[in-house]
Amino acid sequence: MQLYDTEVSSRLLLGTALYPSPAILADAVKHSGTQIVTVSLRREAAGGNSGQAFWSMVQELGVRVLPNTAGCFSVKEAVTTAHMAREVFGTNWIKLEVIGDSETLCPDPFGLVEAAGILAADGFEVFPYCTEDLVTAGKLLDVGCRVLMPWGAPIGTGLGLNNTYGLRTLRAHFPETTLIVDAGIGLPSHAARAMELGFDAILLNTAVARAGDPAGMARAFALAVEAGRAAYLADPMEPRDMASPSTPVFGKAVLR
Amino acid sequence: MKITVNGQVREVQATCLTAVLDELGFASQHSATALNGEFVPRNARAGTSLACGDELEVLTPRQGG
Repeated sequence: MQLYDTEVSSRLLLGTALYPSPAILADAVKHSGTQIVTVSLRREAAGGNSGQAFWSMVQELGVRVLPNTAGCFSVKEAVTTAHMAREVFGTNWIKLEVIGDSETLCPDPFGLVEAAGILAADGFEVFPYCTEDLVTAGKLLDVGCRVLMPWGAPIGTGLGLNNTYGLRTLRAHFPETTLIVDAGIGLPSHAARAMELGFDAILLNTAVARAGDPAGMARAFALAVEAGRAAYLADPMEPRDMASPSTPVFGKAVLR
Repeated sequence: MKITVNGQVREVQATCLTAVLDELGFASQHSATALNGEFVPRNARAGTSLACGDELEVLTPRQGG
């Protein structure tokens, strides 16, 4: 899978938040097979060492990081956070979140497009967290995004794919764009479904971190993503309403 | 002078951002800074002066989704 100019083999991206412990996070990352984890920036206490301890642990995992702008509600906040993240994490990648509604964490499409344009022009490789809206997606591509990350459902809900029609339409409308379903995935079957629809990858966090066995769930998601991708490539049959016998009718005995 | 650091009012003696970070115990941190909402790159810290009432943010890596 191509993410800007980087080739990765795993189609599962994993968040690093909400795990019971750093050791469980590390175990989950290993079992997921992911090559990319998301990270954030937060305030450090004077004399504190939380940031350095976390960063050292992530570096030991040997994976790439995708910093986010989580919690940003304005273009300015998001752009400033992106610049700070680029310096700290040493990457041009940014998972761009410009949130428009605090209850649903629905992206603000207007702010998102504006911030994406500013950052793309400044050399960032932007991974915008967006909805499945076609027009917004097109505008994000117009301003320089080469990857889009539509939500499956609101962050942390685990509801799966709320608008399968919209996601399918997005996939069909932008066949050449790397599309990653980000947020709302609760079960491996949700991830498999998205991959069967032709999405390129899945980004999730809570479903693994909040599972009773995060490492086990990470493994389950890895298998689901792989299965869904294989199914997509194998060209699934079209569903139909009426039954159609799979066993040949011709040659059936007459037994009265 | 009094400045606000990560949302808390602090009294500092230094005025240069590099020195302020050192004074507050942030010097060894792998951090990024913003002054009054504007990003201050690492290489600009030495040339950045703080004034009374300024708001400084010092951010470091954290878990994120």
